This record gives sequence, structure tokens and C-alpha cells, in this order.
Amino acid sequence: MSEAGSALATQFDDLEQQHDAATLGMWIFLVTEIMFFGGLFAGYAVYRSMYPQAFAAGSRLCEIALGAINTAVLISSSLTMALAVRAAQTGRRLAIVALLVATMLLGAAFLGIKFVEYGHKYAEHLIPGSGFTYTGPYAQQVQLFVCFYFAMTGLHALHMVIGIGLLAVMAVLAARGRFTPAHYSPLEVAGLYWHFVDLVWIFLFPLLYLVDLHK
Amino acid sequence: MTPHVLSLRKYFGVYAALIVLTVGTVAIASLDLGRLNVVFALTIAAAKAGLVGLFFMHLLYTSHRTKIMAVAGLVWLAILIALTLSDVLTRGWLPVSGQL
Repeated sequence: MSEAGSALATQFDDLEQQHDAATLGMWIFLVTEIMFFGGLFAGYAVYRSMYPQAFAAGSRLCEIALGAINTAVLISSSLTMALAVRAAQTGRRLAIVALLVATMLLGAAFLGIKFVEYGHKYAEHLIPGSGFTYTGPYAQQVQLFVCFYFAMTGLHALHMVIGIGLLAVMAVLAARGRFTPAHYSPLEVAGLYWHFVDLVWIFLFPLLYLVDLHK
Repeated sequence: MTPHVLSLRKYFGVYAALIVLTVGTVAIASLDLGRLNVVFALTIAAAKAGLVGLFFMHLLYTSHRTKIMAVAGLVWLAILIALTLSDVLTRGWLPVSGQL
């Protein structure tokens, strides 16, 4: 009971109630995140409905292969994250640390590939602003698409960076043996955040890379 | 507290389904289906999001309060996008006096 006593905050009756409260609180935060990204998705929907040809043309500027690989990388990181939480549930300390490190490495790989894509955009003068160069039709509207591309993927990448930092803290806590099958709420909650970032990308990939390939 | 532990089989099954759906969305996007392309893209994305939410994020196994929160998020997102588009997509349906 001493183990439960140290992990249990005074305002809760037991660890189960504390775990429920932590999960509920995290989901309330994630709802605010849904609305936060939702504004961008709504703006995207408005301008895609107004300029469908330009959004299709802008989408051709994205590298589908890199986007698809990144989707697979991020889904794999979600799997290792889910397995890290499972390792905590079954009380395997080393497995938690190893799986969290794997998750962070996959997250870093995602950011690396994103960095390469941004580099290509830079080299092709596709950064929005006075240096933006696009010779096809609807150049202004294509620039608008690229603005959405950078705003949405940039905000997503920022969340990835925060997520990797969060998981680094969790890995240290796990290595110190702070998570047990009875108490692993911080890891569960960090996992929810990581999966949420994966969820956002699941929608960004088709909406940015796969717009009307035949238009 | 005894946690609800999902089987490894379930986690890897969900992972396999997510990878298959990712390949599927790229494959379907390469076909010319007109307006159906965006419908398929969003349906597959929603299916993937559902798998991640229900299994990886344990939504199937959490308290009703938590499930209500997740659903509330979706409802408000739907309101945000539906009401915005109900304005934008219906402009020009009716003539407005003074409009050129």
C-alpha cells in the first residue's frame, strides 16, 4: 500500500479514480486541440471549395511518396507508444523505456523527412512570400494552398517536438521505476497526446498530398 | 487498480489495418473518381482515426464521461465546419438586391 500511497494525490479516493480523472482531463485538453486544429481545417475547406483547381495544382507540389512513408512512420510510432503503455500495465520497466525510445526515434524520423520536404520547397522557391515562384495558372491561389501546407504541417511538427520532449521525460521516469501496473497515468496521458498528433496527420496526409490527382 | 490490458494480437491487428488503409487511400486517390475521391479520402481517414481512437487511445475501454468528452469534441468540430460551409457553399444561391 505504501507504493499506492506515494502515487495517490490526497483529493482522490483511490488510484482508479485518479486514473479516470487524469484521462478525462487529458481528453478535455485534446478537445481544445481538436478545435484549435479545427479552425485550420475549416479554413482549408472554405478555400478548397473556392479554388478546387488551384488546390489540386498545389497538391501536386507535395511529394506523395515522402508523405506516405511519413504516415507509415507515424502509425508505427503510435504502435510503439501503445505497446509502451501496455508494458507499463504489465510491469516491464525495461520494455517501457525501450519502446518509448523507439517512439521518439520514429518521431524524429518523421521530423527528418518533413525537414527534407521543407528543404525541397525552399529550393524550388515555394515558400510563401515575396520569393514565391510558380509559373502555372492560379499562382496566387496555389500560394494560398502552400500557406495552408506550411501552417498545418508546421503546427503539427511543433506538436511532434513537444511530444518527443514529453516522451523523453516519461522515459526518464520509467527508467527510475515510477510506473507500475497500479499507477501509470502520466504515461497513459502522454500516450493520448502522441496518438492525437498521429490523428491530425491521418487527416493532413490525404487533404494535402492526395487532392484530386486527376484535375 | 488492475489495468485493462489489450492483447498484443489486437494492437498488431490494428496496426496492420492502419497500414493497409494508408496504402488503400493512396491507391484510391490514383483513380479518377471525380467528386468521390474526396469522399473516399475522408472516409478512410475517419476509419483510421476511429481505429487509433478506439484501440490505441483506449476509448472503447474508458469511462462514459471520457467517451462523452471525445464525442463532444467531434460534435463541436462538425458544427464549426458545417456552419462555416453552409455559409460559403450557399453564397450566390439567391440573388441579393444590390449585388453585382
